[in-house]
Amino acid sequence: MIGSPDVVAFTKEDDYGQPNPEPWPPIPEEFSIPLYPPADSNPWAKTSYAKFTKDFILISEFSEQVGPQPLLTIPDEPKVCGTFDLNYFSLRIMSVDYQASFVGHPPGSGYPRLSFVEDSRVVLGDSKEGAFAYVHHLTLYDLEARGFVRPFCMAYISADERKIMLQFQELSLRFSQASECLKAGNRRAFAKELQRKLQDLEYTHSVLQREEGLQREADPQTRYSAHAVEKANELANVEKSIYEHRDLLKQITSYHGRPRRDPHAAMCHKCMSECLAECEDLLEKFSKLAGPLGCIGKGERGEGEIQSEDEAGEGEMEDDEDGVKRRPSYTPQLIRAKSAKCFDKRLKTLQELCDETFYEASMELLKETERGFRGDLCYLYTRRLDRSLRRKQKVTNFLFEEEVCEDNDDEITIRPFCPVNHSVELHTLLKPPHIVLAPEPLEDATEPFSEMSHTLDSELGLGESHLESSPSDQTLETQDSSEGTKCSYSSGTNMTKQQDQQHNLDSVISEAPDPDSDVTPDHERESSSEDMETTAGDDDGDHTPVSLLEHNGECEDTPLEVCESDLLLPIDTACCMSQDGFLYEDLAADTADESDHNSKIQPPQTLVVNQEPQALHLLQDHYTVGSLSESPAAGLELPVGQNADSISHVSVEEGSDCTMSASTGSDRALSPFGYGAVVTLRQRRKAGQGALRFVRQYPFAIQALWCLLSGRTLVVLGEDEGRVRKLVAALALFVPGPGKSAERIQAWMSCPFSLSDIYRWKLIGLQRVSSPVGSSLLYSLSRYSRYISILDIDQKTLRCPPYRGQLLSNIADHRTYIRRGSSYFLHLQSVLCRLAAKAFLLTFTHHLHLPVSLEEGPEVVKGRRLCFLQEQLGLDEDDNEILLYLSQLITQQYLQPPSESTAPPCFSFKYTTSDLYKI
Amino acid sequence: MLRWILGSREAQSSLEKSSVLCIGEEQPQNCFTELQVLKGHFDIVRFLVQIDDFRCASAGDDGLVLVWNIETGEKLLELRGHSQQITAITTFKCNNALMTQTMLITASSDRSLSLWDPDTGNRVQTISDLHSPVKCLLVLERLCLWLSGGEELCVWNQDFQLQCHQPNPSDTGITALIELPKNCLAAAMDKEIVIYRITVSADTVVCLTEMQRLSDHRDQIRALINVNDNMFASGSHVGELILWDAIDWNILAYEHILWEESQSASEIRMGSSKPSEMSIQHLCSNGKLILAAVGSGLYVYSVLTKTVLAYRKVAHDSNVLHTMLLSDSELISCSEDGSVRMWEIQDLPLPAEPASAGFFGMLTFGRSSKHSGPPSKKVLDVSNLKMLELIGDLIGHSGAVQMFVSFKENGLVTCSTDHLLILWKNGERQSHLRSLTLFQKLEENGGL
Repeated sequence: MIGSPDVVAFTKEDDYGQPNPEPWPPIPEEFSIPLYPPADSNPWAKTSYAKFTKDFILISEFSEQVGPQPLLTIPDEPKVCGTFDLNYFSLRIMSVDYQASFVGHPPGSGYPRLSFVEDSRVVLGDSKEGAFAYVHHLTLYDLEARGFVRPFCMAYISADERKIMLQFQELSLRFSQASECLKAGNRRAFAKELQRKLQDLEYTHSVLQREEGLQREADPQTRYSAHAVEKANELANVEKSIYEHRDLLKQITSYHGRPRRDPHAAMCHKCMSECLAECEDLLEKFSKLAGPLGCIGKGERGEGEIQSEDEAGEGEMEDDEDGVKRRPSYTPQLIRAKSAKCFDKRLKTLQELCDETFYEASMELLKETERGFRGDLCYLYTRRLDRSLRRKQKVTNFLFEEEVCEDNDDEITIRPFCPVNHSVELHTLLKPPHIVLAPEPLEDATEPFSEMSHTLDSELGLGESHLESSPSDQTLETQDSSEGTKCSYSSGTNMTKQQDQQHNLDSVISEAPDPDSDVTPDHERESSSEDMETTAGDDDGDHTPVSLLEHNGECEDTPLEVCESDLLLPIDTACCMSQDGFLYEDLAADTADESDHNSKIQPPQTLVVNQEPQALHLLQDHYTVGSLSESPAAGLELPVGQNADSISHVSVEEGSDCTMSASTGSDRALSPFGYGAVVTLRQRRKAGQGALRFVRQYPFAIQALWCLLSGRTLVVLGEDEGRVRKLVAALALFVPGPGKSAERIQAWMSCPFSLSDIYRWKLIGLQRVSSPVGSSLLYSLSRYSRYISILDIDQKTLRCPPYRGQLLSNIADHRTYIRRGSSYFLHLQSVLCRLAAKAFLLTFTHHLHLPVSLEEGPEVVKGRRLCFLQEQLGLDEDDNEILLYLSQLITQQYLQPPSESTAPPCFSFKYTTSDLYKI
Repeated sequence: MLRWILGSREAQSSLEKSSVLCIGEEQPQNCFTELQVLKGHFDIVRFLVQIDDFRCASAGDDGLVLVWNIETGEKLLELRGHSQQITAITTFKCNNALMTQTMLITASSDRSLSLWDPDTGNRVQTISDLHSPVKCLLVLERLCLWLSGGEELCVWNQDFQLQCHQPNPSDTGITALIELPKNCLAAAMDKEIVIYRITVSADTVVCLTEMQRLSDHRDQIRALINVNDNMFASGSHVGELILWDAIDWNILAYEHILWEESQSASEIRMGSSKPSEMSIQHLCSNGKLILAAVGSGLYVYSVLTKTVLAYRKVAHDSNVLHTMLLSDSELISCSEDGSVRMWEIQDLPLPAEPASAGFFGMLTFGRSSKHSGPPSKKVLDVSNLKMLELIGDLIGHSGAVQMFVSFKENGLVTCSTDHLLILWKNGERQSHLRSLTLFQKLEENGGL
């Protein structure tokens, strides 16, 4: 069935020692259809193979009537998939369904069994179509379907293989949620369907019995007539059917009690219990009904009972079951002995299969997933890294970063999803999957890797011995499948996921008590899972507090996580399955070890001075831009432990690496192919373009930027509103702490301003008018000239104090080689972030502000501060002002965020002379 | 009586003027590098009163009295009650059983007087339906009495009970009141200073007796201040500055400040310049020096030597409204031009210095050609004359700066016709204070 199956799973020779030259596993030799043009061409060109323009989600089903067929795409636009053949691709993705769907009567059981199938996850590539897909198979129940199951699959289709591979974890997590949601809805719908069917059957049964009774009374002689026998058979059939359906109901009820193998299968507990209660209700109701033989002549009454009970039951049911509520009096129907032909009946649609609410919710989830994965890998990665870093720098975020909302999308979707919003009670958020970094092996980036692989080597040495037993065990046991070989990929990835998630999702609300309970008792596996459970389960509460110390610790995790994901790749599939346990466990231990060390280095609370610098150190390094001439760590000669040193070293490399890729990535994000960003971010990018133009256009841009950064209000004076607004928008990037909705920026005003305007707004666009108003305006300009800098865009002059520092030459070089606004924006962000980090350090270093001993006067402290700024941070006098201003903002923000304070804001200024700059 | 008339200063005044305007943006001695704009008033803010070390009350034409915390810039209280503009405000120390509480007395054009508790914002006492608005207030702490002056002079006790009442003989009413030794007080009425004596008899009946009328000023008296225990000073609209003996009310010194050149030393030419240019708007003293705001200029007079110490004819672009001596060498002035300027009394550069030759030459020239006084006297004059050097200015208000109050190192509060108060602070000190609080909070929170 598989035509050219370059099913790309995690396959790689197990040479862990040497760094992998190719970051993602290559396609086996035999399928080596050259995917890419020669390496020297445009790296983005590889996606041009695809017949679709952007990533999309495809939902397909394997219809028992027509075979694989596409159902819908997200986003639901025809142009999304372009000329891409959905039918063909549906065939492809449905053909790699490794779910162990087992149907029919297992030996020793009289009734048909529902197969409880775990979802399977496969990565699949189709070089011909230029498409790669993460494929998530799931099975829904349908009473009318063959074997009661309807195989579906959801696929995330992208032209970028790496994107799929590296985002596998998160894709898997999100699709699992959607799948769980669908399945939960489906179970409800299925239970309801069963209920209906049972009612029908009971009714039919009673009717038949009555008929039989009547017949018997009328003519006892005809007991053995053909007609009577037929009736009796029919009755027996109905009875059997009742038993069968009752058993099905029992089975579906037991679903919740089943141990789940799938670590992602976290559902809202309340939904679960509700659904469970509902099913149990039904079960009880139908088992309560007298056996078929006992209800002779009671048909009518029984029916009435059913209805009343039914109604009573529905009264208790919750509101979302509108479907049932609307027709509370379901009239049982007579069931004809012969069911319709398989091909005649209309199969239920996906929507009908799932409860409406759940269907909508899961579609919403998928849409969100699609939105969340827009853009290319670098972009995704940068954004996520950026976000995670920002979360760790809560104190300084307000300076240059856009607002990180507390419940940002990562966490929202990753919490156990509940379509009816029970989630309010579930505050335990799941930790989002780790950032998966493209392991770009730069020459200078080998060091961290080698360090990591060291530890790995040793771990693997231990782990190797346990390799052999596991794969087969797992495939067989976990999947309950005879198709063991076929399962290897999916189960392998499954297990990878499982182990990994176990390690990662510490607070997973797992409905499965022990994922390995029904696996062959393999000692190592058992113990490892136990270990993991202890680490996962014991400290549930540990992840809620947000103290900075922990953040510092976590900060260091990031590079490690990065490595972790790298290490995932070079592992052979077979090894994956068995060894992941060790691997991750050990890594976890390793990480824990690291953080232990770190906590030793940073004694909590007592020495503010000691702990802060390190946090800064790291943060700063994360944002190191490769092009920076100075060594990022050189400026700070602070006492950090050896361990911390090495870590920061790692992060230096990683940081530079990622920032570089970030800038290229964003370029792409602006290109027509790349799309999708938060609106504000997009605006900021656009502003980046404007800022770059400003920097390139005006040789005195550096002075203007310095004014903004050091807190001197900049007035952009011009006649044309559009130009002024545009420039203000561009320069707004440089305003520290612009406020949530840019309260500190006034894009356009045309009236004379007062002092309070100057200090409320740090950047003002001002209309130049030639009228009496204009003259009074000029008067106020000259009156307050000591507080402001004036950028005249008509005459192209700037009046402001001279700047002689070096710090800004990096971002305000009008001969810069940066050509794209978005690159410049990211470059800028990194520089600003470094600044913010330095300011953080300056703000929270005790001895730079307060005397160490009693003898010290303010002069000594001031001298020390200056010395710190000049010698340790290597700043010039003018650059100091930037830092002092940022530090002041941080202090004020920390002491009292402007929103809470009733006191008017302070406005600091300096008495210095201004120069007039011309082009 | 010592008379001091400035010689020809045409060239110098232009030089002065340019030097005033060109103080420039570089002011290393100006320590006010941080400001807060305090908003709350809806009309001109005319009065500022210091309540204690960290509180200050402002009052103005909107009838509001606002109490501010000058450490944080927060508005603590709004004292509402007067329907018209406030004409006078003063602090009043109530001596209760155990503690002394500072209260506020306000007078308004709505012809009412109120006593406020600045801790709670309560209006403790009110007197309305006075015959005429009160223009000035004087608290006699020693006697636990206070006086209100307007068209009539009233004496009140601590509980706002009228003790004594003196209808005013003159039309203009009392514009200023000061306390003098021996239970006396001086009230400025138009061109006269009237000395009253308060006598408190055994049955606590308060009696007000007019002692003397001092009619030496030729024009309306604009300012009346205590200099020290032995002296008080008054200034008139035409630039007469008279130093009085506080005990026997004799003239100790008479100074007629004339910026314009006069033809004859003995002749006082009143018509030569517009009165407003020489009007003494405000006087202040620290016991040794008297600082007079004369028109748009400043004039420092030494009480000890009874000579002018320093002056600057054009200190502001417009009339100076309020002045203050920070120390023996530093002073501050504010003006209708919306600026506050800080000055330093500096010794004149030594004659040997080439930079000052021009100034000296001019002075010598003016003296030798015009003046007929004894040379020895002139030498003394010159040796005593110092320079008033602008060391900084505060620009923030868009209207006339009516008044200011200094809280020493805590800052300076200015009020203005633009309805605003501005709190000027030492930026470095503030940032130090903020750092202190920051680390305190860090400690309280146990880290970040």
